[in-house]
Amino acid sequence: MPRYYTEEHEWIDVDGDVATVGITDFAQGQLGDIVFVEVPDTGAELSQGGDAAVVESVKAASDVYAPVDGTVTEGNGQLEEDPALVNSDPEGEGWFFRMTLGDKSQLEGLMDAKAYKAFCDAL
Amino acid sequence: MSEIEQTGDEGAVETQALSLDAWHRAQGGRMVEFAGYWMPIQYEGIMAEHLWVRENAGLFDVSHMGQLLISGDKVAEALETLVPGDISALKPGRMRYSLLLDEDGGILDDLMITNEGDQFGIVVNGAVKWEDIGHLRENLPDDITLNHNEDYGLLALQGPKAVVALARLVPESAGLVFMQATRATWNGHAIAISRSGYTGEDGFEISLPNEALTDFADALCAMDEVKPIGLGARDSLRLEAGLPLYGHDLDPAIDPVEADLAFAISKRRREEGGFPGAARILGHLADGSPRKRVGLLVEGKLPVREGAKLFDGNTEIGVVTSGGFAPSVGAPIAMGYVPRDHAEPGTAIAAEVRGKRVACTVTAMPFIPHRYVRKQGA
Repeated sequence: MPRYYTEEHEWIDVDGDVATVGITDFAQGQLGDIVFVEVPDTGAELSQGGDAAVVESVKAASDVYAPVDGTVTEGNGQLEEDPALVNSDPEGEGWFFRMTLGDKSQLEGLMDAKAYKAFCDAL
Repeated sequence: MSEIEQTGDEGAVETQALSLDAWHRAQGGRMVEFAGYWMPIQYEGIMAEHLWVRENAGLFDVSHMGQLLISGDKVAEALETLVPGDISALKPGRMRYSLLLDEDGGILDDLMITNEGDQFGIVVNGAVKWEDIGHLRENLPDDITLNHNEDYGLLALQGPKAVVALARLVPESAGLVFMQATRATWNGHAIAISRSGYTGEDGFEISLPNEALTDFADALCAMDEVKPIGLGARDSLRLEAGLPLYGHDLDPAIDPVEADLAFAISKRRREEGGFPGAARILGHLADGSPRKRVGLLVEGKLPVREGAKLFDGNTEIGVVTSGGFAPSVGAPIAMGYVPRDHAEPGTAIAAEVRGKRVACTVTAMPFIPHRYVRKQGA
């Protein structure tokens, strides 16, 4: 299952026509203690680069963007009860939402793990 | 992912480094711009640092604040023309929280005034220190001397174990009570210590020469009780303590009664007046102010932050001036301004966050009880 990364520090796991989206370990480290996550409603239409979710640390609120176009099929309900999952397991249990892929060609513009690591190292 | 923009503090002036800049970076501090300086927002994490201070002792670098020294004939009387506190009654070695007021009684800054015997020491907020210095120079008589002591830094050691830790370095610190100050010597350096701070915990503020800061910070942080603490936890600690932050909860449009800081208007000054904006302020003291700063307990987990509008039904009634997740409370809390008839604890109102209404209850502050040591041996 290929994983792609955005320059805004979202990751997207693609499995056929659906994908799972979250924020990267680098992103959670920058945010610090996460105290609230607002995931999109099922059925929400997302467009690449548009607002998809909000993550709140002790310090501030941050937008999470949609890595590609698509429709939300599920939000991670566990984050409502336990937002710190994004700190402890950002690229696993701390996923934000699942979505359909509206335009698979958009994946080609994203980074793979190696390119993302180089991107972070340069920050 | 990107931070949702809030109002920035950055000006056009180049950001300056504190004397402890390299020390903060070596401790793993994440540096951000604040009040014109690079300052550590956090080291290991805001939540852990906040809870550490409530249980142990945390070292804060507050050297961005302005340390002013004022002396001259009738200096207390001169200061009383600018602040509403009874400065004449302040005994040597005692300090008082006060407010610099404009001619309409609006708050230009909140500050600490210490009677150092031969002079008064004033500590003002970093973000407005240059404005404060200008205001003081313009309004104090010519025979009053004002010095801005930039040769000294300011550290705060806060938390229930602060006294144990600091007494190892400066034994006389343990003999102070809340809002008492003394001069002392450490490693041959002339320093000043007060039992004060802005976290609601017992603790101290230590003024010492810039060249002594690194050794002093190292000596404290070598102790098991002490860790360095960043600005992030300083903000959440003072919020839980119900203490206002200048530029957020206080500004020139707000007077001391509205800010729920009437305690800073001394009894004699209430009777005699003679401070800036006395007519407005004494009127508000007698009749109540139209609006008041209150604490808000927030229902649920969604943080309510500065700028959130407050509602009673569909009517906008006020605004949040500080807010966020409170680690020791374990829930979001906020402070803000509401009309007098909504200021009673228990009043149910709502805040608006990203178009959603969040239920809030007006509550008395502090959110976490203060633990100041007011009596020796207590």
